[in-house]
Amino acid sequence: MNAREPGEPQIIAEELIKRFGTFVAVDHVNFRIGRGEIMGFLGPNGAGKSTIIRILCGLLRPSAGRALVAGIDVAADPERVRERIGYMSQKFSLYRDLNVEENLRFFGGIYRVPHNELADRMRFAIDMAGLRGREKALVSTLAGGWQQRLALGCAVLHRPPILFLDEPTSGVEPASRRRFWDLIHTLAADGVSVLVSTHYMDEAEYCHRAALINQGRLIAVGSPEELKHTALGGELLLLEGDSLGPTLAALTDAPGVLDCSVFGNALHVLVRDAARSLTELPALLEQKGLRPTRVEPIRASLEDVFVQLIAIDMAQRRQAA
Amino acid sequence: MKLRRLKAIAVKEVLQIWRDPRSLMIALLLPFTQMFLLGYGVNLDLKHLPVCTFDREGSQLSQDLFKHFQASQYFTIARNVQSYSQVVAAIDNADCSIAIVVPPDFSERLNDSGTASVQAIIDATDDNTANIAFGYAAAVVNGFSNDVQVSWIDRQGRPLQQVQPMVVQSRVWFNEDLESRNFIIPGLVAAIMALVGAQLTSLTISREWERGTMELLISTPVRPSELMIGKLIPYLVLGWLDAAFCLAIAALWFGVPYRGTLFALFVTTSLFLFVVLSIGYLLSVLIRSQVGASQIALLATMLPTMLLSGYIFPIDQMPPVIRDITYLIYARYYVTIVKDLFLKGSSIVELATPILFLIVYATAVMVLAAHAFRKRLD
Repeated sequence: MNAREPGEPQIIAEELIKRFGTFVAVDHVNFRIGRGEIMGFLGPNGAGKSTIIRILCGLLRPSAGRALVAGIDVAADPERVRERIGYMSQKFSLYRDLNVEENLRFFGGIYRVPHNELADRMRFAIDMAGLRGREKALVSTLAGGWQQRLALGCAVLHRPPILFLDEPTSGVEPASRRRFWDLIHTLAADGVSVLVSTHYMDEAEYCHRAALINQGRLIAVGSPEELKHTALGGELLLLEGDSLGPTLAALTDAPGVLDCSVFGNALHVLVRDAARSLTELPALLEQKGLRPTRVEPIRASLEDVFVQLIAIDMAQRRQAA
Repeated sequence: MKLRRLKAIAVKEVLQIWRDPRSLMIALLLPFTQMFLLGYGVNLDLKHLPVCTFDREGSQLSQDLFKHFQASQYFTIARNVQSYSQVVAAIDNADCSIAIVVPPDFSERLNDSGTASVQAIIDATDDNTANIAFGYAAAVVNGFSNDVQVSWIDRQGRPLQQVQPMVVQSRVWFNEDLESRNFIIPGLVAAIMALVGAQLTSLTISREWERGTMELLISTPVRPSELMIGKLIPYLVLGWLDAAFCLAIAALWFGVPYRGTLFALFVTTSLFLFVVLSIGYLLSVLIRSQVGASQIALLATMLPTMLLSGYIFPIDQMPPVIRDITYLIYARYYVTIVKDLFLKGSSIVELATPILFLIVYATAVMVLAAHAFRKRLD
């Protein structure tokens, strides 16, 4: 982590827009990623995470805005960018009918890794993926976690300073996921900037910074701690009781309440000031004949934050429409 | 263009071809079987046409006439019938393609007036065969009338004197036996290679799209030209195996004489393979599904090659507009080359024109294919 330096950001997106016909897949997106930083992209499927990554890899042309990778304008000179990046696409894209070594040697050739370094780098990639002893195994015979680690190995074979990983842990069992994130941290510690997308909300905790993306827009960016404390713009109360429906209706317009949503068999209430609402709300509900069995402040998990933020975002969009 | 990347792609492609033995077998067996099927199937020589005879006279003379038919290699007497209805039945059932009817007064008229006629009834559902059969029949009858004339003069007791004011002494060059097979088989090699070649490469890019490997490949610094050449090299080798099979079958099995040099054959065949393989590659680039690309490759090569390459139908007998179109059919140049190499033993210099056309064609298609390949998803 000491390799993280401020300096010139490695990845810059400025007012990035991507339209497919009338559909806006990426909507005025701005962010910067520094050297050695792990930025996580979180959001539901179809939020636009892959589209942004593909624009940064030069695979899609932005409709408007600017993308700089390693200081190079991607739209203007994608080939120079491609020499400096490693990419893992969302769909597994190594050659299944080739074995582990053959895949590595292929990408070594494509990236023109010097001959005298190739053996070392291949050994490093094989060790990293935990594939020692399986060098001759056809990729199609490997389990998902191994395949994904090999894909990462192929992506870093030429030591790119920038990595784009599009849902690298999807479909991978939890233990393997954990191991995968360890690898990402090792790479980042060496100064590699990593942009990684995931739809597992808990994985945001592994990132230095996480960006929440919904319907093509970045709706929150920050470190996991920052997101938990400030992104909601208030504090959370947990409220349990019998008649959740009427309670929800009663709370929606209550003073000090910013938002209210059903969360399992309880309500999560976003309030401006937890201490004050803790006394005010039960009294208010009492007037309407509602008696919640439990009201208490909770520490929001990242998942709470994201669900809340997405709900707020959707509500705002509906209002705007 | 970087050699290192070319090599990486070529090696990868070879491994993939090797790991897919079914496709490899098809690629190697297809030309083999086509060569035999079409080599035997396509034969424009008319020999031993089945004849139906209806002898209404039953004389020595009429039987002599039929012996002339039987003796000719073009006809075989398949049936002797006794009524017109049987003649009709024989033609209707396609048992016979020609019927010869001798009238009841055949000998009598011949003796009285010195001239008589026989009737030929020809099945003209295939007009080409009918024309040829009629020509042959007329020739047989002419030959017979000469014999009759000679023996008549003989019987008059005059000294026999051949009266032949003029004769044509013809010598046939290049295909001395006038075997249509010698003319068709070399063209067939070209036609088969045109079909198989485009098929070989038509899957190579679309497969990467369908299997999802393309997205990663285009995120690397690989150049479209490197990808193309790297992928074409292994198929060039495979194409050469196919071509060698076909050429060997033509020369050794069908016994078509080969008179050119092997060097000329190697150069021109390589050039032609570059054209057909890059056509298949271009289609693969343009059409992202394997099935689509292979179907289009078949459609786009089969009919034009079969009809317009001069492989069966001579180009100089086509209407001018069609003749102009044939310049676009790349197979026509190789058909010309292979026929000339086999039958005339032409040198590379003599084949300069079709070779030049092939070079232009190969360059154009490859430049087009390299440019058509976009390293983008949108």
